[in-house]
Amino acid sequence: MSQYYSELSDKVTNALAEIESVQATVAYGELTIEVSKENLLQICQTLRDNQELAFDTIIDICGVDYSTYECSKSHTSRFASVYHLLSVKNNHRIRVRTWLDDDFPVVDSVVSVWNGANWFERESFDLLGILYSGHPDLRRILTDYGFIGHPLRKDFPMVGQVEMRYDANKQRVIYEPVTLEERVTIPRIIRDDNRYAERLSNKGPSSGDEDSNSQGESA
Amino acid sequence: MSEIQNYTLNFGPQHPAAHGVLRLVLELDGEVIQRADPHVGLLHRGTEKLAERRIYNQSIGYMDRLDYVSMMCNEHAYCMNIEKLLEIEVPERAQYIRVMFDEITRILNHLMWLGTHALDVGAMTMFLYCFREREDLMDAYEAVSGARMHASYYRPGGVYRDLPNSMPQYEASQWHSQSEVNEQNKNRQGSLLDFLKDFTNRFEGYVDEYETLLTDNRIWKQRTVDIGCVTADEAKDLGFTGPMIRASGVAWDLRKMEPYEVYDKIDFDIPVGTNGDSYDRYVVRVEEMRQSNRIISQCIDWLQDNPGPVMHEDHKITMPERMDMKEDMEGLIHHFKHFTEGYGVPEGEAYCAVEHPKGEFGTYIVSDGANKPYRLKIRAPGFAHLAAINFLTEGHMLADVVTVIGTLDIVFGEIDR
Repeated sequence: MSQYYSELSDKVTNALAEIESVQATVAYGELTIEVSKENLLQICQTLRDNQELAFDTIIDICGVDYSTYECSKSHTSRFASVYHLLSVKNNHRIRVRTWLDDDFPVVDSVVSVWNGANWFERESFDLLGILYSGHPDLRRILTDYGFIGHPLRKDFPMVGQVEMRYDANKQRVIYEPVTLEERVTIPRIIRDDNRYAERLSNKGPSSGDEDSNSQGESA
Repeated sequence: MSEIQNYTLNFGPQHPAAHGVLRLVLELDGEVIQRADPHVGLLHRGTEKLAERRIYNQSIGYMDRLDYVSMMCNEHAYCMNIEKLLEIEVPERAQYIRVMFDEITRILNHLMWLGTHALDVGAMTMFLYCFREREDLMDAYEAVSGARMHASYYRPGGVYRDLPNSMPQYEASQWHSQSEVNEQNKNRQGSLLDFLKDFTNRFEGYVDEYETLLTDNRIWKQRTVDIGCVTADEAKDLGFTGPMIRASGVAWDLRKMEPYEVYDKIDFDIPVGTNGDSYDRYVVRVEEMRQSNRIISQCIDWLQDNPGPVMHEDHKITMPERMDMKEDMEGLIHHFKHFTEGYGVPEGEAYCAVEHPKGEFGTYIVSDGANKPYRLKIRAPGFAHLAAINFLTEGHMLADVVTVIGTLDIVFGEIDR
């Protein structure tokens, strides 16, 4: 599996060479490329139209907020938009990640490439506040009407901002600031686990490794 | 000339055919749909946010509640992803158990879908028939996990416990006499596998019953043929997976294309449709039930002959045996660690998908090495399918909206997450 994806990785970097030189990594039998947000739309079009690649289906778009990600320094900015693509024709997958600005995350919409991206982009906008320019109808989708904030951002509290109750005097439902207290039962712990040390140094997303990978591809 | 305005109709969220809490804003020209705008999120519980604050094993229960009619398949995608990140291999017996329960789940889901879809279109009997068979499969869930629906039976590293040697029995009461109860308990005398064997033998005949009622039924065909057509290219463009894309003639099934667990050792076929309309999707799903039945009986045969462990033996990741915990110091330490801290998953990211009854159900985990996921994204097949409802219903009549909602096989637990 990894063998196949190493070859695919070369095909992808070659096909995209005209647009930009992309970072490609293969881990857990999955191919990930990192592209710049300016060229995202053009790259997606190439990924779809190149017959050897033929990524004809969009599986998922996932926004990620890396603001509290401390383990390795592989992330360059706070937000990333991650695309999972699938080729039904050739039976392979790719993950495309693009890094976005910290305070105004905006990227080109890929709805013109795959219609299926429509709701995934709306969801990412709703939950993380990433803007997709050129999206036909960028509205909130999962949260309540009139909701304020983006819940999957790391600075959004777990218990939320407001709570809702029925007010008997006003005879309607009202919103109030939340009274619940955030409670952590099991703390978040990162152990120095030597069992995984060797594996991570071999193929993990540490910066030294990526350098050697990209050198191998350019050679 | 007077100006003719389109009529806006609010469909749901409290509509029996909305399959939960779908609010659909329809723009009608007479009785013809001009635009359908679904408003989802009424069942949004923030599963992805909750999972960021729970250790890995605590979120298994949330997975059941995503698509709450195909519980174990959701768990499967989640557990398999953690196993992928940990790079551990599941014992073969556990793989067979997972495949068997995935297929039981597929039948459960398709029966639920068939019953409610037919009920929406006007065939009451189907609903009663389908729920009769669901009962047996729910009993299998209960026997193995103690819960009829939200099982949390799959764990990273295997399954919670081996299959039971006895089935729960009905008991006599003032409403059911002993002789009645004896009749009900007749096929429950042996182990769970014997019970399921009996079910697989009967089930083929039940599917024939459903087909007798629907497949050549004139009204059923009038309501479903040529409704909500999708071509293969459109299906790919819209991100369809599972029966939705197979009915359009694309033989795409993760069980064959990216075989996981032991699907490559099992003999089964992938049904495909030709027209991609609601009727083809019905035929595909009914045939899938027959194929699932075949898979279950192959798994039963293997499981009856091959005892073995059902959980990975590395107790840093999986729970030790209860007895070890009482007698063995190390077992006690492992137990304590599991409940106070959980286990760390190495830094990295992985996407893992299973062929869920509704399509491709995937999870994407970003881990920073902690005992909780840094980011968990759930890729629900129903989300992509419902997004296409405007495309599917445009130009159809109002009554066809119900057929299209039914044929999409949507469940709001997974769409709203």
